[in-house]
Amino acid sequence: MSDDLIRLSAADLGAKLAAGEVSSVEATRAHLDRIAAVDGAVHAFLHVAGEHALETAAAVDAKRAAGDELGPLAGVPIAVKDVLVTKGMPSTSGSRILEGWIPPYDATPVTKIREAGLVPLGKTNMDEFAMGSSTEHSAYGPTHNPWDLERIPGGSGGGSAASVAAFEAPLALGSDTGGSIRQPAHVTGTVGVKPTYGAVSRYGSIALASSLDQIGPVTRTVLDAALLHDVIAGHDPLDSTSIPETWPSMAEAVRRSDVSGLRIGVIKELDGEGFQAGVRQRFHESLDLLAKQGAEIVEVSAPHFEYSIAAYYLILPAEASSNLAKFDSVRFGLRVTPDGGGTVEQVMAATREAGFGPEVKRRIILGTYALSAGYYDAYYGSAQKVRTLVQRDFDAAFEQVDVLASPTAPTTAFRFGEKLADPLSMYLNDIATIPANLAGVPGISVPAGLAPEDGLPVGIQFLAPARQDARLYNVGGALEQLLEAEWGGPLLGSAPDLSTHELTATEEGAL
Amino acid sequence: MSEISAEQVAHLANLARIALTDEEIGHLTTELAQIMHAVEKVSEVATPDVPPTSHPIPMQNVYRDDVVGATVLSVDEALAGAPESDGSRFVVSAILGEEQ
Repeated sequence: MSDDLIRLSAADLGAKLAAGEVSSVEATRAHLDRIAAVDGAVHAFLHVAGEHALETAAAVDAKRAAGDELGPLAGVPIAVKDVLVTKGMPSTSGSRILEGWIPPYDATPVTKIREAGLVPLGKTNMDEFAMGSSTEHSAYGPTHNPWDLERIPGGSGGGSAASVAAFEAPLALGSDTGGSIRQPAHVTGTVGVKPTYGAVSRYGSIALASSLDQIGPVTRTVLDAALLHDVIAGHDPLDSTSIPETWPSMAEAVRRSDVSGLRIGVIKELDGEGFQAGVRQRFHESLDLLAKQGAEIVEVSAPHFEYSIAAYYLILPAEASSNLAKFDSVRFGLRVTPDGGGTVEQVMAATREAGFGPEVKRRIILGTYALSAGYYDAYYGSAQKVRTLVQRDFDAAFEQVDVLASPTAPTTAFRFGEKLADPLSMYLNDIATIPANLAGVPGISVPAGLAPEDGLPVGIQFLAPARQDARLYNVGGALEQLLEAEWGGPLLGSAPDLSTHELTATEEGAL
Repeated sequence: MSEISAEQVAHLANLARIALTDEEIGHLTTELAQIMHAVEKVSEVATPDVPPTSHPIPMQNVYRDDVVGATVLSVDEALAGAPESDGSRFVVSAILGEEQ
C-alpha cells in the first residue's frame, strides 16, 4: 500500500485524498518512510520535517473531515528547495554561512503551498547559493542521481529533481537562474518548468541573480507541474518585479492539450556540434511524434544564442556579488572572529572566507571585477547589450512559430568529479537553458527517453514567449501522452530500484 | 584586457570582504584570467547601436502606500538568527581599528 502511494502522481494522490480513500497522514508517512529507506544513498534532503510534516498532514485531514473546501493538491506532500526561506525549517541555500539558520518568515511560494494544503516534507539539497550544474558545490555533499548513484543529478536543484525521481516526494519546488530546474529534470527523467520571469514571486527566495531567478515546479508529470504552477503563480505586492496580471489555468492547458497546427521551431544553433548523439536522437524522435499529430516543425535561427553563456557569466556574478554582500556576520548566519579579535570588517572577511565555498568565492570575485570602475562598460554593459540581442532573436523566432524546441542540455548525466576542475566546461552545460533566463521567457523540460549509448534520461525543452506559459503545458502534455503510449508507461517506471539505505539528512532541528 | 595579477585579485578580495589565502589567490588569478578571456566574447557583438537590457520584462517603477504592512518582524524575530545581540540590538565588534 505505501509503495503504491509513493508512485502515484500528485494529481492521482490528490484525487484519492479528496475521495477519502487515503488520508494525508498515511500519504505523508509513506513518503517519510521512503526518505528513510533511500535518502542515505540519494541525499536529496538537507532537512526532513518528520513529525512536523505529520502534524501538518493531520491538520489537513481535520479540515477535510470538517467539510472545508480544499484544492486539488490539498494533503499532497512536497519537497522545498533550500533556496526558499521557511519558518520552522532551516534554510541554508546549500551554504555553511547559513548553517542552522531558521528564518522568521516564509517565502511567498511556501506561503502559497501551505495555504493550498500541501505538506512540506523538508528542504532539498542544491549547489551553494544555486551556483552550479551538479550539486557538487553544495557545502553538505552532493545529491546522487537515482538512475545511477555515481552520477550527478544536475544542478543547482539536483535535490528537488532527485527527490521526485526517487519517489521521495511527488512534487518539489525549484529555482531556475540559468537552468537549475530544467537541466536537473533532463538528467533525472523528470519534468521541470521555469515560468515567465515575474510569474511566481521571488519574495523569500535567497537571491542569486535577481534579474534571472525564477521559482517553478519540479514533478514527475506535466499535469502535476501545471497543478503546482497554478498554486504558486500570481501577483505578489512583496516582489516589485512580480507581474500584476492573472494567469489562465495551466492544468486546463494540459487537459485540453492539442498540437494540431502548432508551429514548433527547432533552434538550429542548439541541434548540432557539442550535443551527444543519443540526446539528439531522442529529441528528433519526439519532434517526429508531434509532427504525426499535426504539429508543423520548422527550423529557426537564433544567431546570438552563442553569446549567451558569456553574457550570463558576467551578469550573474555581477548581481550575485552584490546580493551576497548581505552575508556580513551581523544579522544572520555564521560569525568567525579572527584570533585576538578584529574590526567589524576583519570579522566580516574572516566569516566570508570560512563560510563560502570555492565556486561562490570565484563568482563573487568575478562579479566584483566585472563591476569595477573602468571595466563596467566593457563587461557588464556589453553583457546587457547581448541580452537585448538574445531577446531580439526570441522575438524574431516567435514571429514564425508558437514555441521553440531544443535538447534541454548537451549530454546525459556526467560522473562526479568529471567537470569539477574546469569551471568553463561546467558552465557550458547550461548552453540551451540560459537564453530563456536572459530574455525572461518560460521553459519546460519533459522526459524524451533514454539515450541508447548509456541508458540515461534525456529531456526535451520547449520555450514560449513571455506570459505564454500555457503553451508549454499544451505541447509538454501532448508529448508526454504520446511518448508514454509508446513506452507503455512513464519513463521513471524503468528507473533502477534503490536498495535500502539509512537516512543521513537530519530529522527535525538544526543541521 | 584579461591580464589579471595576483595583486589585483587580492584587491578584489578586499573589496568583496573575503580573507582569501595566498593559495586561493593563486588559483583564482589563473581561473579569473581564463574565464574573463571566454566572456570577453560579448564585445564582438555589443556594438554602440545596441541598447542594454537590465530587466527581462519591461516594468515601470512600482510604488506602494507608505504604511506599515503585515509582514513586519518583531524585534525578537529580527534578532533570532543573529550571531550576537543584546536583546534589542545587533552586537558587532569595533568599527575602527587601533591605527584608525
